[in-house]
Amino acid sequence: MIEARVTRRFAPGPDSAGFSLDVEFQAQAGITALFGPSGAGKTLVLDSIAGFMRPDSGRIFLDDQILFDAESGVNLRPQDRNCGYVFQNYALFPHMTLRQNLVFAAERQPRLERHRRVTEMLARFHLADVSGRRPHEVSGGQKQRCSIARALIGSPKLLLLDEPARGLDAPLRAELYSLLREIRRDFSTPVLLVTHDLDECFELAEEMLIISDGRIVQSGPPKAILEQPANVDVARLLGNSNLFEAEITALDPGRNTSRLRFGNHELTGTYFPGRLLGDRVWLSVRPEELRISARNGAKPEPNHVPVKLLRISEKPQSVRLEFADDISVEISRQEYERQKDNKEWLIEFPAHTLRVL
Amino acid sequence: MPVNWFPLWLSLRVATLATLISLALGIWLAYLLANRQFRGKEMLDAIVTLPLVLPPTVLGYYLLVMLGRSSPIGHFYEWAFGGPLVFTWQAAVVASTLHAIPLLVKSARAALETVDRSYEKAARNLGASEWRVFWRVTLPLSRRSIVAASVLAFARALGDFGATLMIAGDIPGRTQTASIAIYDAVESGNTLLARILVMVLSIVAIAIVYAANRLEQRQVTG
Repeated sequence: MIEARVTRRFAPGPDSAGFSLDVEFQAQAGITALFGPSGAGKTLVLDSIAGFMRPDSGRIFLDDQILFDAESGVNLRPQDRNCGYVFQNYALFPHMTLRQNLVFAAERQPRLERHRRVTEMLARFHLADVSGRRPHEVSGGQKQRCSIARALIGSPKLLLLDEPARGLDAPLRAELYSLLREIRRDFSTPVLLVTHDLDECFELAEEMLIISDGRIVQSGPPKAILEQPANVDVARLLGNSNLFEAEITALDPGRNTSRLRFGNHELTGTYFPGRLLGDRVWLSVRPEELRISARNGAKPEPNHVPVKLLRISEKPQSVRLEFADDISVEISRQEYERQKDNKEWLIEFPAHTLRVL
Repeated sequence: MPVNWFPLWLSLRVATLATLISLALGIWLAYLLANRQFRGKEMLDAIVTLPLVLPPTVLGYYLLVMLGRSSPIGHFYEWAFGGPLVFTWQAAVVASTLHAIPLLVKSARAALETVDRSYEKAARNLGASEWRVFWRVTLPLSRRSIVAASVLAFARALGDFGATLMIAGDIPGRTQTASIAIYDAVESGNTLLARILVMVLSIVAIAIVYAANRLEQRQVTG
């Protein structure tokens, strides 16, 4: 288990704004995703764990070993930290063959053990046939597997991955994901995965840490975070564009209902504990939770809102409809085929999907 | 008249030794300048560059003062090796080394600094000591530029005239290197010897430039 609390200030320079990193988190066995936009400080977190960046203050524990402690002045060298690090460009030594890359990493192990271990890892990662080639002579997938094998060969207590899927095309990405799932199954090493890809978090991670502007803003299982973002910024980071400024106009704990007004629309939701009548809140609804139907002239039912369709953007698996008042709805292709001839539209906001932030 | 080949052999021997010494010293200095922060770093950088910009006779004069028989270093050398350093072929090696070293330090430093830092980070992360990081990763990755630079350093060492003349003198059969022998031959009207030496040195120079360019190109294409 990794447990870290680190801060680091970077003074503003002539061509850079200042930045301050101030994070506290822990990660257990399994895959933990460190998710955030570019420039949020994700790589800085990895670098402070691996020992490439000295924090100003804080403490980093890996299992029961202290890697860094500002108070007592402990700051282990990168060499002594025993964290596998898979770099964004893999950083395989270009002047060595794949086998030599692994041997280099295994040199801390006893001589007899070393050879066996290298051969075992080459086989385990399907690299035996190309082990005599240099990195520029092998495919992207082989490079990727070799860099992960190299990071794991010394049996690290933690595996750090810096945006491993960045710049990969879809098949390679899928290969990487299944490889990482195998690693989770076969190695007990906890994995800390830096990514700015939300799909990747859902695909792989048990836990997710959301980092924004040098702070961890929310942590938990990806589904739970998507279900209830901590605030409007997190909701935006998660890619939800359906965020509306609203006012609570009624609250009834007895019947577990509430009423919200945003724009000209009145909606009924579930009871929001901890909120007061008249509170200004952010209403958050995910585009895929909304339903649409044709308006047939009759008075709309409750929670059905008549709006004008502005734009349609088609994606491989779904269609995104953008309506007036900045409301977006995402529906399946089949659903779209059924409804595309609608002249006027109604959007249904199911009561249980309304969340306030 | 038989041609006296001694100056040529002496020059090759002096230049080879000078290149090896400046390679060892140059890589060490380049490592310090590229990786360490210390007081007087800029000063060291300036001193290393100095032989490149000083007139060779000025460099030679400094060497004469520093290594002469009455200087502490000259005294020590005489005590250790039983004879003075100045006006020996070893003095010519010192002069050529100083002549060649700025080029090597500059190129080696640039080469070391252009090695992608992520390789060094990866090596440290895999448990390699700083020593191993340097010898197994940084240096091999900058190998080609350094070899190319040593070829040019060899050429400079081969061509030194002023400083060598000041500190090693012009003793035929002992300290007379090829460049000095050419000057001597022209002065004494021995045009045949001058022509032969000029030809040989020109061919060596062309071969060196060709080799250095090839090495640099291979570097670019990987």
